[in-house]
Amino acid sequence: MNIFVCIKQVPNTTEVKWDLEKGTLIREGVESIVNPFDLYAVEEGLKIKEKIGGDTKVIAITMGPPQAKEALRDVIAMGADEGILVSDRAFAGADTLATSYSLYKAIEKMGDIGIILAGKQAIDGDTGQVGPGIASWFGYPQITYVKKIVEIKDNKMVAERLTDYGYDIVESELPVVLTVVKEINEPRLPSLRGKMKAKKFEPTVFTANDINADENRIGLQGSPTQVKKVFSPPKKEGGEKFEGEAEELSEILFGKLKELKIV
Amino acid sequence: MGLTGILVIEEQCTGCGVCVGACPFDAIKINDEGIAEIDEEKCTLCGACVDACPFDAIEMKRGESSVEIDKDDYSGVLTFGEINEGELSKVALEMLSVGREIADKRGVKLSSVLIGGKELEKHAKTMINHGADIVYYIEDESLFHFNDELYAEALGKLIEEVKPEVFIGGASAVGRALLPRVAATIKTGLTADCTELDIDNETGNLLQTRPAFGGNIMATILTPNHRPQIATIRPRVMPVPQETEKNGEIKKFDFDTTTFKLSKIIKEAVILSEEEVNLHEAEVIVSAGRGVGSKENLKLIYDFAKKLGAAVGASRAVVDAGWISYPHQVGQTGTTVAPKVYIACGISGAIQHQVGMRSSDIIIAINSDPEAPIFDIATYGFVGDLNKIIPELMKKI
Repeated sequence: MNIFVCIKQVPNTTEVKWDLEKGTLIREGVESIVNPFDLYAVEEGLKIKEKIGGDTKVIAITMGPPQAKEALRDVIAMGADEGILVSDRAFAGADTLATSYSLYKAIEKMGDIGIILAGKQAIDGDTGQVGPGIASWFGYPQITYVKKIVEIKDNKMVAERLTDYGYDIVESELPVVLTVVKEINEPRLPSLRGKMKAKKFEPTVFTANDINADENRIGLQGSPTQVKKVFSPPKKEGGEKFEGEAEELSEILFGKLKELKIV
Repeated sequence: MGLTGILVIEEQCTGCGVCVGACPFDAIKINDEGIAEIDEEKCTLCGACVDACPFDAIEMKRGESSVEIDKDDYSGVLTFGEINEGELSKVALEMLSVGREIADKRGVKLSSVLIGGKELEKHAKTMINHGADIVYYIEDESLFHFNDELYAEALGKLIEEVKPEVFIGGASAVGRALLPRVAATIKTGLTADCTELDIDNETGNLLQTRPAFGGNIMATILTPNHRPQIATIRPRVMPVPQETEKNGEIKKFDFDTTTFKLSKIIKEAVILSEEEVNLHEAEVIVSAGRGVGSKENLKLIYDFAKKLGAAVGASRAVVDAGWISYPHQVGQTGTTVAPKVYIACGISGAIQHQVGMRSSDIIIAINSDPEAPIFDIATYGFVGDLNKIIPELMKKI
């Protein structure tokens, strides 16, 4: 059985700043990282493999330009068995629908699908749509915001998913698509052996032809959504700052809370 | 260049470099000839440069759209009336204010759909009184819990019949799982987590504005050739409309759940007694940082929140220390919130925390370190010991 983990290379968005004078993004020195949520997905994939054993393989998969192989390298170092890079100029401009289609076709080509894992969302786009999108293309069940895998047995699994009111205990047949949250585990650091393997690692590259993609479903052409404009958000500025004794400060704060009508 | 791609029209390019700065992916350079050159390896065809170029010198070529959708077949605005374990959610009502606005601009009807296990007619009336013209409901015992596949199937069927031009729902845990599945099933576009919606009356295009790059940029997204246009809207951004007794149509939509082969069941829904976990819907959030000092001191935060009727949030440090559970975490690896008032207690305000809360209307910060970055974005900053200020304050409330 194969466990697929979908990962994404993203700019470390916490380092991205907006240059207000020029109205542009400052990207200097912004590094590319593996989307932090995807590391929890990789860790969970490795854990499942360790638990069920046999000939289970953890296959990391990403779509992106050639340099996205660095992201695969990072998770090979963690212990993933294989890395697939879905890369072709024809994929460029893909929105979440086209991305989920392309990943679906690539995973389908690999076959022997047990579980497909992804982080709950990427920190650059913050959409969280690709996981459910892949599930939909396959017609597989999906469990989003998974915080715990309770058990996997006899082609079935039980997981807990976060909700707005608490959590649900969900039982699903395999294959299944899971998106995971931070609470699920603590991602391991690369082992020495993993690092050695990563050093020599070259991904299997899939082009649009390799995965038999319908050209109307990929890239710009397969993307129903289009970016019309990009602009800087209104800047948040610090306002009033008060210093003094606790008694005095609490009085001012009380006044503010009253003004805001929350007391 | 193939069917699709991006092109610099050299005769129009002045080499001004605006596009270089506008590109979020560092893919454009001004070459030796003083003309913009796009690095195809890095370019993601996001279109930011096309919009930024003052000389219309960058063109994006899209292949002929193979989808043939008669947009005139689609009309009206449909909202998703989210029900959680039998309770109508607040975000369901919020959708009606923005939905009403768009429907009125277009001169069309506002409909809503409810999916659940029981008492849907009662909720339907509530939706009507909050502004819906028509409410469809899909009721079956098997739909009491949220089961993604079953809900998506039912919604797909309804959309096929009703053919709305716009379909919106809350970007809640349910909305963000369900709507992408629906969008992929009917092969249309979805824009997630919008904070602003408008409609272009001429084209019928929904202008969907959302933050990206951790809130560093805003993007307006269109779905020009597909219908319906689907969007999820961040909870608490849109107001709940006034409730007034009015008439509307309530229609049962027949959906035979037994024809759908279900490979997943919800065994149990655990509703946590601490109602303060629902950060998405809270008007006020009191959030604890490392400055609280200890797990024991957290009681003060809980008491304070309770007094204000607020939800309890926390910084990553507090969650990682095991003082509080993960669902409370605000920030990059936690939840993004935008309450009316966010009270940061003992939170220094690292950028990872800020990206999760800086859209709050009012930010109040209490921190003993006057240099804490949280003060850079706080509407009201209080430099002092929260363990002294809050008890004093609570005496007054």
